Amino acid sequence: MDKVLFGDNQFFAVSHLSDEKSREQGIRFKDDSSIIRVLDQARETGINTFMCTTHDRIANLCDHFRNNPAKYKGFKIYPCMPYAHKYANAVTEFGYLGTIKKYVPGNLFGTFAKGGIAYVSKDFIKLMEILIDAEMKMFKGIDTPVIFIQNVIVDLILGLKMYDVFKEYDLYIRKKYDAEPGYITMNMPAMYDALHSVGIENPIICSSINKIGFRMSGGKELYEKYLNEKAFRPIAMQVLAAGALRPKEAIEYLGRFHRIESVLFGASSKNHIQETKELIDNQFATSKP
Amino acid sequence: MKLKAGIIGLGKMGISHAGIVGPHPSVDMVAVCDTSHLVLDVFRKFSKANVYTDYKKMISNEKPDFVVIAAPTRLHHSMVKYALERDIHIFCEKPFCLSVKEGEELVKLAAQKGLVNQVSYHNQFVGTFRELKRLLKAGVLGELVHFTGEAYGSVITNEKGGTWRSDPREGGGCLLDYASHVINLIQEIIGRPVSTKGSLLKKVYSKNVDDAVYSLLNLEDGLSGNLSVNWCDGTYRKMSTSLTIQGKKGKIICDATEIKIYLNEADLKEKLDKGWTIRYLTDLAIPVNFNLRGEEYSAQIEHFVDCIINKKQTDINSFDQALYTDKVIELISEDSKK
Repeated sequence: MDKVLFGDNQFFAVSHLSDEKSREQGIRFKDDSSIIRVLDQARETGINTFMCTTHDRIANLCDHFRNNPAKYKGFKIYPCMPYAHKYANAVTEFGYLGTIKKYVPGNLFGTFAKGGIAYVSKDFIKLMEILIDAEMKMFKGIDTPVIFIQNVIVDLILGLKMYDVFKEYDLYIRKKYDAEPGYITMNMPAMYDALHSVGIENPIICSSINKIGFRMSGGKELYEKYLNEKAFRPIAMQVLAAGALRPKEAIEYLGRFHRIESVLFGASSKNHIQETKELIDNQFATSKP
Repeated sequence: MKLKAGIIGLGKMGISHAGIVGPHPSVDMVAVCDTSHLVLDVFRKFSKANVYTDYKKMISNEKPDFVVIAAPTRLHHSMVKYALERDIHIFCEKPFCLSVKEGEELVKLAAQKGLVNQVSYHNQFVGTFRELKRLLKAGVLGELVHFTGEAYGSVITNEKGGTWRSDPREGGGCLLDYASHVINLIQEIIGRPVSTKGSLLKKVYSKNVDDAVYSLLNLEDGLSGNLSVNWCDGTYRKMSTSLTIQGKKGKIICDATEIKIYLNEADLKEKLDKGWTIRYLTDLAIPVNFNLRGEEYSAQIEHFVDCIINKKQTDINSFDQALYTDKVIELISEDSKK
């Protein structure tokens, strides 16, 4: 994985710091071209991986990448699925069955050859695979070497202790997409333990890692212990704690953990992108063990 | 010994509570109950919890110490009553009941039995709203002049669809489902509304229930303010709840991510400057052991479990407080028919 991964929250009105800022972002990035402009600026600083939610608008960006193969040579996307609000709102509006009917492509009875809906409950793994394929469709022809499940789903499965679902996900992503499965979580230590318990070794786990312990459930000390002692491939996110930390002190903190493979961040101004990218590069170039 | 827990109702909220109760170090989630075979099959296949379609059977077989009730609101009264009678502590989804009469009976019964009772108004566990409550209590705004309580979101975005949320008899509609959160915040942070004026329940896309609620609330101390709630607003990615309070010494705007304080003069005791001071959730969030969807959802369950273990009554989101929210809902509903 690249050391620096570029995130997409800023494009889709997700600010953990301010609802007002979310709205401003929603207005600024109304057009796809405004997103592409920032992505291109990020690429000019040497960032080559875009980690993004399987939001409907990402499909438009993927068209753009496919239509300009020379320009985006070597450019990678790490999809994060699903775009949970889409499903959550659908469950509120249509119920579980209605949601499945809405998002399983084509004719449900055709997809589940024997008996349609009645068959769904006998084969959830098949249902999961169909939903993954539906989310992955927009990335056809684009390099997606790591494919993530979003934290809402990861943490729900984790909380319900349905760890075998992770095992099935892991198998399917490797088999069908020849990619590495990744897991985004707000509960990194518990997630590491859960994956370890079902035989998933050295997993890619993306979690909040920051100096003030924001969204590090179980406590900062436990996170630090796992970062120092456990065998996994950590990606640090929310490193600026939603903007509460200055970039310099935030990145210096990450430098204490040599095993952090990548740092995920999002920004919308060229200067800010460049500054953060340089800080990360310098920090990890000097702090090698 | 761990507390034994059962979850009744596995819709979006029930599943989410199950995902928080499950990893709690002092709790063993022994069973879940729902009428959907699809959901129960998932638990059968992947979870160790026992599954039931009948909550009474679940209670008699498993003898849980507490249950989480997240079935449609219409069912709350009978389920809560049944569990209370069997000496089970209860964490119940909001709104509490569909009628004040039903709620009063349950408040009384829970008190008689001395059982821990809490309702899921999770905003009371959001760090920014807690800070707002503290600041108002400390009197930083001086005498209050006006307030506005708002919530907007894009739950219903077209005329299709229909679950229990679109059925008024089941407890559907924006007033019960969405506005209840704001009413509860106003009542616990600013003061209890005692009368309403000019209440409007508007339909946007729904055929049978209200999609927007507007009302003028009068509080017990004479303060008045506006309620403005709409769940058909596509400009919001997710539910956004806020309180704005105007006082003689300044103004506070608070939502679930930040609290913005404007003071005419500095407040040295609270270390607040003249002009704007902004505090963020990053400094105010309640630390939790397990985070699913946000600290507040875990914090409220952790608080509830803590009350059971330490044999104390909750002072946040008790049945009694939730019943008061039901009363205001009834006031608005009656007022809108005038």
